[in-house]
Amino acid sequence: MNWILALIPCLALLAVPAVALGLRARPALAPALALLPATLFGLILLLPLGATFRLDWMPAFGIGFGFRLDGLSQLMALLITGIGAGIFLFSGSYMTSYPKQHRFMAVLTLFMAAMLGAVLADDLIVLFIFWELTSLASFMLIGFEAHKPAARRAAQQGLLVTVSGGLAMLAGILLLGSAAGTFTISEILANRAVLATHAFTPWIIVLVAMGCFAKSAQWPLHMWLPNAMAAPTPVSAYLHSATMVKLGVYLLARLNPAFQEWALWQGLLTGAGTLTMLTGAVLALRERDLKRKLAWSTVVALGTLVTLIGLEEPLAATAAVVFLLVHALYKASLFLVAGILDKKAGTRDALMLRGLGRHMPLTAIAALLAALSMAGAPGFIGYMAKDLLFTVQLGVPGLLPLVALLVNAAMVVVAGVVAVRPFFGKPMEMERQAKDPGFTMLAAPLTLAILGLVFGLAPALISVNLVEPAAAAILGEPTGVALGDKQATEIVYYLSLVVLGLGVIAFLAWTRLQPRLAAQTWLDDYGPDAAYGRILRGVSVISGAVTRRVQTGSLRFYIGASVVLMFGGTLVLLVAGGGLGLPSADPLPLPHQAVLVGLVIAGAVAACRLQMLFAQVMAAAVVGFGVGILFLTLGAADLAFTQFTVETIAIVLLVAILARLPFRELDARRREEHRRDGAIAIGAGVVGFLTLLAVLSVPFDTQMPDWMGAAAWPEAKGRNVVNVILVDFRALDTLGEIAVLLIAALAATVLLRRARGK
Amino acid sequence: MKTSFIMNASARYVLWACVLLSLFVLLRGHNEPGGGFIGGLIGALGFVFHALARGAGATRAVLRLQPLTWAGIGLLFGILAGLPALLLFGEPFLTQQWLGATPIGTTVLFDLGVYLVVLGFALAFVLPFMEA
Repeated sequence: MNWILALIPCLALLAVPAVALGLRARPALAPALALLPATLFGLILLLPLGATFRLDWMPAFGIGFGFRLDGLSQLMALLITGIGAGIFLFSGSYMTSYPKQHRFMAVLTLFMAAMLGAVLADDLIVLFIFWELTSLASFMLIGFEAHKPAARRAAQQGLLVTVSGGLAMLAGILLLGSAAGTFTISEILANRAVLATHAFTPWIIVLVAMGCFAKSAQWPLHMWLPNAMAAPTPVSAYLHSATMVKLGVYLLARLNPAFQEWALWQGLLTGAGTLTMLTGAVLALRERDLKRKLAWSTVVALGTLVTLIGLEEPLAATAAVVFLLVHALYKASLFLVAGILDKKAGTRDALMLRGLGRHMPLTAIAALLAALSMAGAPGFIGYMAKDLLFTVQLGVPGLLPLVALLVNAAMVVVAGVVAVRPFFGKPMEMERQAKDPGFTMLAAPLTLAILGLVFGLAPALISVNLVEPAAAAILGEPTGVALGDKQATEIVYYLSLVVLGLGVIAFLAWTRLQPRLAAQTWLDDYGPDAAYGRILRGVSVISGAVTRRVQTGSLRFYIGASVVLMFGGTLVLLVAGGGLGLPSADPLPLPHQAVLVGLVIAGAVAACRLQMLFAQVMAAAVVGFGVGILFLTLGAADLAFTQFTVETIAIVLLVAILARLPFRELDARRREEHRRDGAIAIGAGVVGFLTLLAVLSVPFDTQMPDWMGAAAWPEAKGRNVVNVILVDFRALDTLGEIAVLLIAALAATVLLRRARGK
Repeated sequence: MKTSFIMNASARYVLWACVLLSLFVLLRGHNEPGGGFIGGLIGALGFVFHALARGAGATRAVLRLQPLTWAGIGLLFGILAGLPALLLFGEPFLTQQWLGATPIGTTVLFDLGVYLVVLGFALAFVLPFMEA
């Protein structure tokens, strides 16, 4: 049974090309693609908790394709596939007007596969690979409408922020792996006592947190998330609210048992989380665009989740799990509603959208149900989440309780503006009356919103099977909390009423509040998004200045600079490292070798003295072939063979080019330039000579060549040791080298084609 | 450019002689000097000579596929040669396997891959110059 676990991400990955090709041929099949996540959803439900699968990958490093299903990964995987099914169904209709729909759906499938791989992985390296794959998929989806400059900028920003965070995280993962002695997550958590005292742990905490903060849009790295709203709406609903941005939260929760006792961990998470909540709440109130408004409220939710994980209170784990689920349900639903409004009413401006409820009753019902859950109205699962949140947050000393109250009031405002205001009041003017969309587009937002009510009325549905196992995984031990029990004290109950009232009042005053907040332009001018822009411009100014100095366009300068650097550096290392020396035994060359050496020298001198380019090429060929024959007399047959062939091709090619290209004058250098170039050449020759002498003065260790010579025939069935090394002993190196050759040829082809195009 | 009658007439024969020689060098490489790298270069030499005599267009027609495509096929061969060990015998990637006691094994495929990459690489550089 356990192999099904590994099958889940693989199946989704394998579906990617099939989706791209299949939908290109038959675009009408797009909504049927929802069956894929639905099937995976069923498979995940079939698997028992604790199922593991492992296939060795790099056993020497303890890295393997390890997958494991526990409460936390189950919750995430069910969200990914469950909401995924709704999103795929929605996109099937929503994206029909886009020309590259098949590509969109294929990348969406790739994203789902990567997400599933990341949350099911039980190996940090495997997790990291899937993690980065989600960043790539997000990049392609944000930039899907690549003809829009804003989409391109947002895609690049999202990628740069999450991937830089990912790099920090990779460093953290490597440290964690070496500190714990394994990359297997379940083993790390089982032996977490090692980390409690390890010197690396503070570094691991900071580096891993950086990666998670970038992915989950924590302050000050949050700016990419609202900009990512340039993506088509299904992407915003799926990646940038329900799943991908929760990946950082997921990893923090995953590793929480190992670090939860560290003050650094608690301080970092609660600090960043609280700041994120506050920033998101203020900017959510200020925004008029429905999608960006929802994005800011997602930032608030992510800050809340990170804060909860950082709190020591055991109830915080249950609160985090319930809030994660609640948020995924209502936020995905609201995003899809925003997409429907955008499509049907032609705008996403919250100030313009009015009175649509009469003609879009089903959309309005979905929006209202989701908004009630978001605002924490009694009867909804959102109420339970708010109850838990307040109980946990109010118990914390410091500013957090106050921030939590204000932020939650702001969320009531957002819920009202996004989901209530557009459907009531005087109908807005529009060219064509907006109507409810068809089943495929309504199914997901309605189902998700109704689930918020169902789970709220019957918490037993999810309490034992879903919430408790996930919360226990975050805590590292059973929580002993049953959902639906009254957690709140009287004071929490009254406070939540106060917040609700405060929120409603602010909502009624929002149309007057918003312009005042929008007038505070310093929030844009000095915010992290502006800082990002300045950093990017700074980088391009610096690299431009460096490029102008280094890339002068003169081939002579390039060669001169390369030779000076190469041989100058060698000389410095040689002298500083004390490597200068003379070989002890120095066999004199045999007479015929002496003749060859004379020939090579004569060729070199001739190449310098001759005036005609063609004759110079021939003189250089004398040098090349002379060296080749010299190799032959020294027993290096393979080397000689290669030298001859390369030399021949070079001459044929040079002659071919010389015959076709018009050369103006042969040598326009002035006298002092001649002297300078000569000095560089002679210097390089001397340094090369000194290096050779130094190499020969070190006693030659014959262990490796002896072993290879002896093993070549019995182990690799070849007598030519050089070739056996190339194709067998060091075949992986050769594979790397031919890959480099191919890349070089690719680059050259592009450059030559462009040069010819001009 | 004017090309001589002799070059033009001999181009085909030189080309195929070079290709045959290069394949010979490729195969003997395991026991005597030679191998995929040199073989690929010799093969490329034949095509370069052909292009000098008859123009790069004619050479591309003989090649049928783009040089880059040949190089890509070569890289694919190199990777494929490493897979049997990984998938069938549970050994690390690129542990070469042999057909029983014969000296024929995945090394041949691997070296052929090197040959094709070098050939494709050289021609991808050279042919555009001869067209310019």
